[in-house]
Amino acid sequence: MNAYVSVMGMDKKGIIKEVATVLSNNGVNILDINQTIVRGCFTMVMFVDLSELTTDLAGLKAELSVPANAMNLRIKVQHDAIFSAMHTL
Amino acid sequence: MNNFNNILETIHMIERDKLDIRTITMGISLLDCCDTNGEIARQKIYKKITTLAKDLVKVGEEIEEKYGIPIINKRISVTPISIVAQACDDKNYVAFAQTLDAAAKAVGVNFIGGFSALVQKGYTKGDQILIESIPKALAVTDRVCSSINVGSTKAGINMNAVRDLGRIIKETAALTKDQESIGCAKLVVFANAVNDNPFMAGAFHGVTEAECVIHVGISGPGVVKVALEQVKGQPFDVVAETIKKTAFKITRVGQLVANEASEKLGVPFGIIDLSLAPTPAVGDSVARILEEIGLEACGCHGTTAALAMLNDAVKKGGVMASSHVGGLSGAFVPVSEDEGMIAAVKMGALTIDKLEAMTCVCSVGLDMIAIPGDTPASTISAIIADEAAIGVINNKTTGVRIIPVIGKSLGEEAEFGGLLGTGPIMKVSPFSSEAFIARGGRIPAPIHSFKN
Repeated sequence: MNAYVSVMGMDKKGIIKEVATVLSNNGVNILDINQTIVRGCFTMVMFVDLSELTTDLAGLKAELSVPANAMNLRIKVQHDAIFSAMHTL
Repeated sequence: MNNFNNILETIHMIERDKLDIRTITMGISLLDCCDTNGEIARQKIYKKITTLAKDLVKVGEEIEEKYGIPIINKRISVTPISIVAQACDDKNYVAFAQTLDAAAKAVGVNFIGGFSALVQKGYTKGDQILIESIPKALAVTDRVCSSINVGSTKAGINMNAVRDLGRIIKETAALTKDQESIGCAKLVVFANAVNDNPFMAGAFHGVTEAECVIHVGISGPGVVKVALEQVKGQPFDVVAETIKKTAFKITRVGQLVANEASEKLGVPFGIIDLSLAPTPAVGDSVARILEEIGLEACGCHGTTAALAMLNDAVKKGGVMASSHVGGLSGAFVPVSEDEGMIAAVKMGALTIDKLEAMTCVCSVGLDMIAIPGDTPASTISAIIADEAAIGVINNKTTGVRIIPVIGKSLGEEAEFGGLLGTGPIMKVSPFSSEAFIARGGRIPAPIHSFKN
């Protein structure tokens, strides 16, 4: 299963490293990354492969909540089908 | 990878604009639960509901987790109880309502609809018993919703039922007077009721429906409002097109959720109801969409036209996004459940008369309207008759969910709580409809119903 991990918050050093570390520790492979900073606001979307996930979705979200809380970020994990359904025919 | 901006748009719709799936509703046929012994019938009903719907809430939560979109309600609709119960000799059906309530609590759904009767052409024995049981049934249960269909374009309007329901609504209000007469918030009187409505309080599982199906009701007034903020001052062609595109996107999500729920539960998909259903939360209001279109306050002149266009554009956008569209589909205008409507009533912009005009073009009717507790039963019946006439003549569904709040009068408000919101008490006509309602009988079906 492929999913999107979206990360939003005020820009600071180490966001990508912290998020990528959690993903890597849980068997998640990053397939693509798109990131931008507008007026200090950091927005990143990672396209990831969850087929070798070592925990369940709720477990991954709980682990991501650690850097989210520490760095004041909003992190979401969503199955890619919701985006395809909404934006492609 | 999908387009970056598309991904952000979807995330903003959910996070900022309050896009959600309003309900996954499982429709369950209870036709095979009929029994000459009421107690045995109720045992069959309880067993069937708790067996078929045992995983409904769990599956709903799994889908929420997977797609990151809130699914606000998980609900059940059943065959109208007047049909199921009348095989037995019981003299009232309150015990059936209690069984539905217990089953709803056992599987964890927040409402169960179907304490209903379809009486547009007349009463059967069971219809009459059910209607007389409504006040007590709604007072002693928490999650049961009731609906009565009193008219249809094919049958005309059953004015005996209209007369009786004015009294029943008053009795329901009196029995729940300690809770702002909230029993009436769980009772809808319809004309042209639909068999596959997933929204409460009017949901029931029609007799022409399959054994068990999954319906999904979508929402998203906030998403439409935000989309319209990007086209300020542009012509209506652009406004309608913007609403269509937005409705398409949110309906696609509804279809995705419906397919997934259907597959996980092993139950066929029924329909998507693509309705804009407001909540009392700021940013989730249909009234604010109308104001974004250019009205100073919902209820001023132009409101009916704006609502007509909105309702039509929502349907057009949603139809192509789903394999089966049904239910009520359109824009809801429940006063107490819509932050913008509450504000409009309080500032004197929105009256019951304007709401009646709006119901000619929206998808339901006079919904969640609090009126003075001392309103005569005949006036309530007359309000129902007017709404039914609009539905019957215009070949559309209309409904009345009106709450005469015992002990409250103009200038006060009723606090219903949760999604039911806050209802400012609205003015009704002080002139009597008593002799009109006392006639009874049937208003014949309109001439354009004869299409065979």
